[in-house]
Amino acid sequence: MIEFHLDERSGLSPYLQLVRQVRQALRLGLLREGDQLPTVKEVVARLAINPNTVLKAYRELEHEGLVAARPGVGTFVTATLADASLAAHGPLRQELRRWLAKARLAGLDEESIEALFMTTFRSAAEEDIA
Amino acid sequence: MTVLRAQALGKKYGSHWALKDCDLDIPAGHVVGLVGPNGAGKTTLMNLAVGQLRPTAGDITVLGNKPGSGPAQLARVGYVAQDTPTYAGLSIADHLRLGARLNPGWDDALARNRLEQLGLGLDRKAGKLSGGQRAQLALTLGIAKRPELLVLDEPVAALDPLARREFLQGLMEAAAEQELSVLLSSHLVSDLERVCDYLIVLVDSRVRVAGEVEELLATHHRLTGPRRDRLPADQQVVSASHTERQSNFIIRTEGPIHDPAWTVTKLSLEDLVLAYMDESTGTRLRPLEVQR
Repeated sequence: MIEFHLDERSGLSPYLQLVRQVRQALRLGLLREGDQLPTVKEVVARLAINPNTVLKAYRELEHEGLVAARPGVGTFVTATLADASLAAHGPLRQELRRWLAKARLAGLDEESIEALFMTTFRSAAEEDIA
Repeated sequence: MTVLRAQALGKKYGSHWALKDCDLDIPAGHVVGLVGPNGAGKTTLMNLAVGQLRPTAGDITVLGNKPGSGPAQLARVGYVAQDTPTYAGLSIADHLRLGARLNPGWDDALARNRLEQLGLGLDRKAGKLSGGQRAQLALTLGIAKRPELLVLDEPVAALDPLARREFLQGLMEAAAEQELSVLLSSHLVSDLERVCDYLIVLVDSRVRVAGEVEELLATHHRLTGPRRDRLPADQQVVSASHTERQSNFIIRTEGPIHDPAWTVTKLSLEDLVLAYMDESTGTRLRPLEVQR
């Protein structure tokens, strides 16, 4: 069972934070197939959030094929994300480190690096959608 | 199913309109936040909804009927008035007896379970409870009535942060469990940000904006860029401020924003509410250079 938390300063909507926390737990193997998610009532009683927020997050996870709701019983994990992509993390991190070193050599400070990364990340994401 | 519908609703005290030209159409199943500064008309709207006041103008229906139109209607709507009133001289058990006598749908088991979970002994006098405990007692009475709509007027304003959190936890648990619609007010949007999925902003006796939170957040944007005095017709200006070279707008639009000159950022719910509160003073002071 995982326990949700909310970060008010993250800028992400609460519903998206819940979705990401489940995906993250799946990626890290903290949640496995067959595990139950907390009930809607448990989540709202803990976080003091709107029940529809939790329902929406669970529906989204269901839509992604990660969980399934069994009426009257609860919501259960049906898939895993801790797959082969974990193996790729190491080399990717190394490349990113080399890139960071280059950026610093070019005279970028931390804020500039972050700004450059985020704008590139966003425009690439938008191109993908378009 | 509509939980609350108001058409040109107004309430006048003497020569002062406490609420004016109020149009609302709120679907059931929401937790509705009613936000606005003190004196904006929040309590008046709530009193109209529960039938404690009669409108001076217009119409209001709650769950399809006129508020306060009879015992059946009263049983469907719960009301926790401002400062969560209880009877100081009565014990918690007395409150439950009263609740059972006054409410046909009274769920005594629910009330007792809830109080036990909260660690509130039935023999305690309401006058000896802390503010947070008194609020929890009032909430328990409101929930055990088993209403379809629960109306709460500034329920957390007087509570410390921990009691506030505990109160909202209990309220959300009830909303999840009982398929309850909730209407609650606050002069602070931060109190409501996590709990409400429908928002009404009331300023100076008028509804400035109302709608589903998600839709409000998706359609409002902050635009920052080079000085500009006019915007396309489909972009409704909520607030605008200018320097010699720069313009800063908060707008509402259904469509995409194509103009590459703008830096477009999202608004938090708090910024959105503040923009509408500002608008009420801003429109009068601002020169009418911005086209609506």
